[in-house]
This record gives sequence, C-alpha cells and structure tokens, in this order.
Amino acid sequence: MNHAPTAVVDVPPEPRPAGEGATRAPSPAARPRRTRRLPWGKWAEIALLAGPGIVVFVAFVIFPVVMAAYYGFFRWKGYGPPTDFVGLQNYRLILTDPVFQDALAHNGFILVMSLVLQGPAAIGIALLLNKRMRGRALIRVLIFVPYVLSEVIVGIGWGLMLHTTGAINDLLTRAGLEGLTRDWLADPDVAIWSLMAVLVWKYIGFAVILMLAGLQSIPEELHDAAAIDGASYWKAQRYITLPLLGPTIRIWAFLSIIGSLQLFDLVYVMWGQYVAATAGTSTMATYMVVNGRISGSYGYGNAVAVVIFLISLTIALVYQRFVLRRDTAGALTGGAS
Amino acid sequence: MTTTTTRQATPQKLKTSHASGGWGSPTAYLVAFGLVGVCLAPVLYIVLGGFRTNSQIIQSAAGLPDPWQIDNYLGVLTGGIFWQQMANSLVAGVGTTVGVVVLGLGASYVIARYPFKAKEAMYSLFAAGLMFPMTVAITPLYILVRNLGLTNTLAGIILPQIAFALPVTVIILVPFLRAIPRDIEEAASIDGASRLGFFARMVVPLSMPGVVTVGILAFVASWNSYMLPLFLLSDDALYTLPLGVQAFASQYSTDTARVLAFVSLSAIPALVFFSLFQRRIVGGLTGAVKG
Repeated sequence: MNHAPTAVVDVPPEPRPAGEGATRAPSPAARPRRTRRLPWGKWAEIALLAGPGIVVFVAFVIFPVVMAAYYGFFRWKGYGPPTDFVGLQNYRLILTDPVFQDALAHNGFILVMSLVLQGPAAIGIALLLNKRMRGRALIRVLIFVPYVLSEVIVGIGWGLMLHTTGAINDLLTRAGLEGLTRDWLADPDVAIWSLMAVLVWKYIGFAVILMLAGLQSIPEELHDAAAIDGASYWKAQRYITLPLLGPTIRIWAFLSIIGSLQLFDLVYVMWGQYVAATAGTSTMATYMVVNGRISGSYGYGNAVAVVIFLISLTIALVYQRFVLRRDTAGALTGGAS
Repeated sequence: MTTTTTRQATPQKLKTSHASGGWGSPTAYLVAFGLVGVCLAPVLYIVLGGFRTNSQIIQSAAGLPDPWQIDNYLGVLTGGIFWQQMANSLVAGVGTTVGVVVLGLGASYVIARYPFKAKEAMYSLFAAGLMFPMTVAITPLYILVRNLGLTNTLAGIILPQIAFALPVTVIILVPFLRAIPRDIEEAASIDGASRLGFFARMVVPLSMPGVVTVGILAFVASWNSYMLPLFLLSDDALYTLPLGVQAFASQYSTDTARVLAFVSLSAIPALVFFSLFQRRIVGGLTGAVKG
C-alpha cells in the first residue's frame, strides 16, 4: 500500500479484489487506487474530517470525566485551582452518609421495579400489538407519546395530578373511594410508588417499540411450523417467541438498568432539591446535585459522580460479561449455550 | 441495517396463523384501548386544564372545561416569554443537530473508509462514550464551560450536547458509510474527483437516511435536555423551554390553569416533530439499540 509517490505510473498492477479485474483489466487507465494520493494528503484529510469530532468529543466528554476523578480528591469550592487535597476523605464521607445510602437504595429499588413492572407488561403488550388488528399503527404511535414528551413536562403534569388537591385524588373521591386518597408526593410510604408509576408510564412505550421490532424479526415460518405440529398459541409464545426475543429483552434490560442508575430529571422536577430525600425518592444523581453544585462543594460533587460512574460501570460490565455475552454467540444459538 | 429491514417487514407480514378473521379478537382491542387511554389521559388532563379557570380546577381538579376558556393560552402566546424560550430551544436544537451531523459524518467516514491503523481505536473511543452519561460529567463540565467563558451562552449548551451525541451518531453512521460500494468511489476517482469531493458529492447524499435518523435523535435530545441547561444557564433570557416551563411553573404556582396552558404549548413542538418523523424516530431508536 505504501508506494513511493514517484513510482505511481510504473508500478505493476496490484492484486485486485476478485471480480474487479475482469471488466477493467483492458483499460490502461485503471491504475491501482490510492497510489496517486500523497500520504500527507491522506493524513490531512483524516485530520480535517475526523479532527473536529475527536476534539469536541475528547474535550467535552472524556476530559470532564477524567477531571471528575481528579477533583474528587479535593475539598474545593469551585474557584481557583483545587489545593486542599483530602485523599479519599470525600469517598469515605459519601459511602458512610446515610442520605447517600438511602439514595442508593432508592436507585436499586427503581432498577429492580422497572425491570419487574415494565418487562412482562411490555412483552405482553408487544405480543398483543403484533397480532392482526385494525389501527395497529396508530396505537403504536399513541403509546409512544409519553416517551417523546420531555421529563420536565411529564414531571410538572404528573406533579399537579398527584398533588393532594390534584386530579388523582379528585377522581378517587368522585368514584366514592375517598379512603384511597393519599398525599402521593410527600408520604414516604407512597412517594416512590408514585415515582414508579410515572416512570412506567413514561418509558413503557419505548420498551414496547423495542419488543415489537424484536418480534418482527422472528421468522413467520417458525410459528407456522409450530401450528402444524399442533402447538397452542401460548406454547408457541413460550418456546419460540420468548427465546428468540431474548437478545431484545436483554438489551432493553441493559438500557433500563443504566437509565435507573442515572435517574435525575423526573425526580428533580417533581420533588425539587429538598423534598426528594424526605419523601424517599432521592437518587444518587439528585444527591450529587444537592450536595455538590447547590451547596458549592465541587470536590465532593465530583466524588459522588465518580461513585455513580463506578457503580454503573461495574453493573454494566457484570451484565455484559454474564448476560449479553450470550448474544455475541448468535441470537439463534443463544438459548442453547 | 436493522432500521430499514424491520420497517419493511412490518406492514404486510402479519401473523395470520392465530388471528381469526380480519379484525382479531375483541380482548385485544379492549386491552389496546385501555392502554392508549392510560397513555393519553395525563396529556389530555394537561391540555384540557389549560382551557379551564383556576376556580374550576379548585372545584374539581379532574373535571372538564365548563365553560371553555382560551384566556390562558392567549395569555401565554402573547406574553413573549414563551416565544423567546422557543427560539432559544430552536437555536440550541438546530445548532446541536448541525454540529452532530457535520462532525459525526466526518469522523464516521474516516472510520468507515480510510485504511489506517488507528481507526479501530477511534471507533472504540467513541463507543466508550456510551459509558459516560452526562450525569457523571455534569459537574466538571460546568467548570470547564465556565473556564471557557461560555456559561450563559447557547454555545455552552450546544458544544457538550454535540459531544455527548457523537457516540450514538458514529455507531449508527459507520455501517451506513461502509455500505456504500467501493465501485462508486473508484468511478468517482477515475472521473477525477478527489476523495473529499467524493465525500461531499456522493457520501453525504447516499447516507441521507442515516443522517436524518441521527439528526432527529440529536434534535429531540436537545429539545428535551434539562440537566445541562439547569447547570449552565442562570440568565433567564437564555432559558430553553424545559427550564422555562419549570421556572414558569414555580413563578405562577398558584395559577394552575396558566401553568397547564404553558406546559401544553411547550409540548406541541415536540409532538408535531414526533408525528412528522415518528417512523424515523422509532426506527432510529430500535436501530441504535440493535445495531
């Protein structure tokens, strides 16, 4: 590949990819590609095309993450260079802070409940919508609407509805179920379930769309063959659809897990800076913002970011090692390995 | 890529083996109807609430407008704040989208088609970006943007948003660019086109479907973005819609009807955008996940 530029015209024809030589061999003009391009020109092109992207990406993604690790070792108010090196003190404080432990527990609860509540429901809905039905395309669009709305709109709308004098309690009262009215946002026994309801409402459309795409990649013939062999609908779903949907389910679960660990917007909009912790809905990310940015402890906030990152990374790597690994062996054989 | 194949397979090949007749089972409709109701009821509550008065809402929070009021909507639409925030959101969204497409296409093209050793490393670098969500980087990002003197500028929002959208963009675009046949490139080169000329005249048009997908994803993400503007913007003249909606809701917390009208109006652009491009958004999301 690396011919000297001067040898361009005289080099013997390079071995070409199969199928190419047959049609072009007679033409003397068909010189091997790239030999006439100067190497420095190639590098200049690469720099011109990829350079800006790499610079922006490294500057605004990689660099901040690296700096978070650095700042995390300091007690620092965010002005001037950090000088008050405290070693692992920030991390010790974070991990022993009961408020952080609560937040971590809430993240764990949200993670598990998101999988448990959304997974089976999404698969069921996708199976249903995959059948012959009038208006299926419209239904699919409509259940996706909550996913498109911004977290702020969802948070404010649901916040008003779940308020003690809001629409939910009003509906319950009018239905004669006054005993069921609650302070859905502030009651620590109920608040996290309110959050779960909003999360499921907002994100299940995404899960359903993914599952539908997965279902549609399953060959029709398998179901026909199962029907000929006398398998019932449910048996066919259990032994054909579910295993073949496996890769989709596992990828969705991965995205859901990462999303649960990073959850911030909805909680922060609905509960604000202070109420989330007492209502029992705080997450690691809201803890980071409240104890880092808002209280001006930037070293501490960065250390929290590192903790969130390490927890997410560990879970992601474990998940990829033990769950997603099967998919790299091939979707069809995944169940057998 | 899966984006296109799944979409094509959808409409005709339905599972006929277990469906009875043309309509399917009534249970399915019942469940689907209930599901759509649950998904849309909160949206309807917000939209209809904007047509009510505060006294109507106090009397019964879940009631229907009676009589219908358009004052709330008119008040928001003639107020100026809404349009200013809409313009800010548009600038941030368009800036992010253009940046993502231009930078993402360049980097993806190099990864997909230039024969040099470091391209694998480049791809891994961008792919690793998926592991760094904005939540983790937000505090140092704030400090970085402040040191660059970009706090309270829309550029300070746009640049990080471009950077964080690049991983998904590269992962979606590289297969598109790889799929462009070598023959076309050779033909162009015989015709005297430089590789950059080929990039501009052939690659960009041929990869349009992928470009549109990543562009839409970037625009929607920017339109709904909350955490980054929350950290970087303190000047309310620069607020984007999400921040503006929240500020409006806390400023007029006693004027629920007006808040609901503001929230509905701020949702309309996203909903219109979604209904125009829903096939591509859905296809892009499933493609991004499976690809």
